[in-house]
Amino acid sequence: METNKTKWGLAGASVPIMLWTLIPIVWIVATSLKSTTALADQQQNVFGNFWPKSISWDNYSLIFTGGAKDLFVPALWHSIVVCLVATLISVVLATFCAYAIARLDFPGKKAILITALTVSFFPVIAMVTPLFNLWRILHLFDTLPGLIIPYITLTLPLSIWILSAFFQQIPWEMEQAAQVDGASSWQAFVKVVAPLAAPGVFTTAIIAFFTAWNDFVFSSNLTAARAQTVPAALNSFTGASQFTQPTGAICAAAVVVTIPVVILVLLFQRRIVAGLTSGAVKG
Amino acid sequence: MSSIELKNIVKKYGDGFPAVNDVSLNIADGEFMILVGPSGCGKSTLLRMVVGLEDITSGELDINGKRVNDLAPRDRNLAMVFQNYALYPHLTVFENIAFPLRLAKGKHSDNEIKEKVNTAADMLELREHLERKPANLSGGQRQRVAMGRAIVREADAFLFDEPLSNLDAKLRGQMRTEIARMQRRLGVTTLYVTHDQTEAMTLGDRVAVLKKGILQQCASPRELYEQPINLFVAGFIGSPPMNFLPARVEGNTLKMPIADVELTGELAEKVKGKNAVIVGLRPEHIKDASLGDNISHGVPFKAVVDVTEWLGNEQYAYIPFDSDPSLQGTLEELDRDLDGEGMRTQMVVNLDSRSRVREGQEADLVFDPSFMHVFDPESGDCLTRDDDRAAEIARDNEEQRKAALERAKSRESNAASQSAEPRQAS
Amino acid sequence: MSTVAETTTGERSSARRSEKKAGLSDRTRGERRLGWKLAGPAFIVMLLVTFYPIAYALYLSLFNYRLTDPAARKFVWFQNYITSLSDPLFWKATGITAFITIVTLIVELIFGMAIAMVMNKIVLPRKTLRTVVLIPYSIITVVSAFSWLYAFKFDTGFFNHWLHFLSFGAFDPTYNWFGGTWSSLTIICLSEIWKTTPFMSLLLLAGLAQVDRSMEEAAEVDGASWWQRQVKVVFPSMKAAIMVAVVFRALDAFRIYDNPFIMTGGANNTNTLSMLVGQTTVSQAEIGMGSALAVLLFVFVLIIAAGLVRLFKVDLTGGNK
Repeated sequence: METNKTKWGLAGASVPIMLWTLIPIVWIVATSLKSTTALADQQQNVFGNFWPKSISWDNYSLIFTGGAKDLFVPALWHSIVVCLVATLISVVLATFCAYAIARLDFPGKKAILITALTVSFFPVIAMVTPLFNLWRILHLFDTLPGLIIPYITLTLPLSIWILSAFFQQIPWEMEQAAQVDGASSWQAFVKVVAPLAAPGVFTTAIIAFFTAWNDFVFSSNLTAARAQTVPAALNSFTGASQFTQPTGAICAAAVVVTIPVVILVLLFQRRIVAGLTSGAVKG
Repeated sequence: MSSIELKNIVKKYGDGFPAVNDVSLNIADGEFMILVGPSGCGKSTLLRMVVGLEDITSGELDINGKRVNDLAPRDRNLAMVFQNYALYPHLTVFENIAFPLRLAKGKHSDNEIKEKVNTAADMLELREHLERKPANLSGGQRQRVAMGRAIVREADAFLFDEPLSNLDAKLRGQMRTEIARMQRRLGVTTLYVTHDQTEAMTLGDRVAVLKKGILQQCASPRELYEQPINLFVAGFIGSPPMNFLPARVEGNTLKMPIADVELTGELAEKVKGKNAVIVGLRPEHIKDASLGDNISHGVPFKAVVDVTEWLGNEQYAYIPFDSDPSLQGTLEELDRDLDGEGMRTQMVVNLDSRSRVREGQEADLVFDPSFMHVFDPESGDCLTRDDDRAAEIARDNEEQRKAALERAKSRESNAASQSAEPRQAS
Repeated sequence: MSTVAETTTGERSSARRSEKKAGLSDRTRGERRLGWKLAGPAFIVMLLVTFYPIAYALYLSLFNYRLTDPAARKFVWFQNYITSLSDPLFWKATGITAFITIVTLIVELIFGMAIAMVMNKIVLPRKTLRTVVLIPYSIITVVSAFSWLYAFKFDTGFFNHWLHFLSFGAFDPTYNWFGGTWSSLTIICLSEIWKTTPFMSLLLLAGLAQVDRSMEEAAEVDGASWWQRQVKVVFPSMKAAIMVAVVFRALDAFRIYDNPFIMTGGANNTNTLSMLVGQTTVSQAEIGMGSALAVLLFVFVLIIAAGLVRLFKVDLTGGNK
């Protein structure tokens, strides 16, 4: 049976793909569960130094209650606050902007699109230098707003992009019908377009949140201690002494910040895929 | 009471091409006006200008004598049914119909809205579907919801943009009568765009035929059929379409590929000096001579039938003929204007179903020359059009329309008083 | 609007112009106003945060300016650019960046396409596969960099042991991957590929899903082999998706920073352009020189973008008519 053969062949092909994807994830979990001695001693691990023989929660207590607490816990809060605020502002602004671009005819539309495009191509590291300078003058360096503002800019072009595609999928006639029914442009937007675009807006919000959550460049260069987010904090972890590597603590912290995002991805898998691909792939 | 008046309406797009050119129309209160024409004739653009979704380049649009050119759609108080119905997928049928009422904030109480929506739903037999979402409705039901939304608005006029084109043939017929019934019952001024000439003929009090943005003729269906103003209107109205035959003028004789016709009187005067004309003959005006139908002054001719289509109640026969090279260009252009496929030149004859004519047979046919339309090939004008007769048809049509509207109104008030009485009694 | 008969031509034409303006219906005017009201805020925020840095970077790049010694700030024209462009370190970083970009792009295109094809046709663990493939996308780059770093380190890692086992002891388990340029680059590329292939395969999957099945079937009936069907029918039909995926990935890869920063910190000649900019401005506080490098990086990205867009004829404003 030809089809049966392909079916099993494909199922077989999916195994290495999933292994390749999952091994580094499992590896990080495994490392976070190793005690300091297990990290240094291969004899205490199985599967070629992969999985610890006895599971230790030391690394987790280190980052939540131990020595790395003052670094990690505030960083987690900063990450959550900064990313949520930036995502909220960015998605609201982008929703309006994308609607206008997709739907309304007004002079200057092209300029906005080109700006969004340039911004998304602009190397973030190149933005850091002048911002670093400016933030010092404006006393925004190492503050939460000092990180929120660049994150808004970082996520805006992407959000405008994805949302424009979503808005274009909503049939035009829907709004025209609303207008004929007696709605103003604003009412048509609020009562008809916005509810229809809600899933798209939600998807965009998740993707924008990822982008901000993932950022390392801004966080590591525009903050020091008072506003540092998780990716930068991970990099400034130090071991218990100068000679021990903070490997276990970093992995434990990584697991902690990754779990919620992975759950988010698993829950909204279908929507995220639609959001990522709808804007980009069009005829 | 509402009338719509279009005065020299022009629509030009960026490239300067006029999509609608100098169209003037007068739609009386309660009248059912159809805009019809082949694709790209500007009929939808015209409708969208009336409703306010397109800007008017020049000209004036009056509703109830008030200029509305610059008003936003929501301020024009019109209701529109879109081609794909444009139902709001996130709202239930009830909320879809109530949408226009909810927009007018504070104008209607919740009870009022409920009553209005329920009345409309009853009229359209949507009562049991009110809580469903549009996605779960059939095509015909969606169509009715769109109409319900228009009804509750109590708009000055209804506008329809090809509302039946997404339905299958059977449903289309049903919805057509539904729309006609509703329009008469509500007596509301209606502007209806279609490319389907059957819809145009059956629904319209008057039909405006457009070609490339220019209004050709606006008249009652009967006048369009019997007294078309030019080649285009004659070819567009009627199904199967009118046959166009090239004819040479030799003295008082018209020499056609199938037969020669002697001309007398006025018509002979009109064709004098022309080399050739185009003769239009409706398929049903050609009869099977062998059936013995008596046609006085009929012109008999023999022709070989190529294909026949027997439909039970009638029969079509196709007769190929050689086109006149001097008129070929005109006829081909006409065919293109009518969205034709530029196929072989052939004549369609609508025969009685009793006829025994079959493929490849030479048939004895006959036609009455008084039913002939003669067109000037240069201008396309109809030379046989009888203006007095046309005016008579128009007068008659207008009277009938008013009478029908009156009847609908009295029936409505009767029904209202009848339904009110028992309620008072109980 | 009435014009007096005696008005001069100029006045009349201006009157006509304003008449034309007034000729816009309420709808058009409302639409324009609403357009700017809606798009304006986003536009202004983007302008404020990005055009300022671009302009400021351009301006500062013309100065010899060290943050630790602001008094010595001096206008030096294009000296910074000349220094950069004649500096072998700069060209080395450019070369490394280009190497990473090209290698990851090619591998990801092949891998991504293979994964997309499996995802497109697979029946059995369909949903699981699609979900699992997405996971690396959700991992913070820094985290993935650490994960790969620890996996390949000879003391904490497992990879050397596995290689040792699979090669029946031929591979030295104490091999230091981060001891040389090429071995370090291998790991950097591997980790980058692991992290970003999901994005690539998703874009390609979306393209694959749009390919009309019947076209492929027609080719099959016409006698095309599997490979011929892919090359002659499937790939050409999903050209747009491939182009978009390549353009986006190339631009992203060229700005690589997090991965090598965590893994090597630029040691063993693994500095990328983005890292060079970061080091010059942040660690060395050479603002003027750093800005010049940043501008050069931006110019490179623009050149790549323009090149790819022209090469592929992609309309990046796609769908916005």
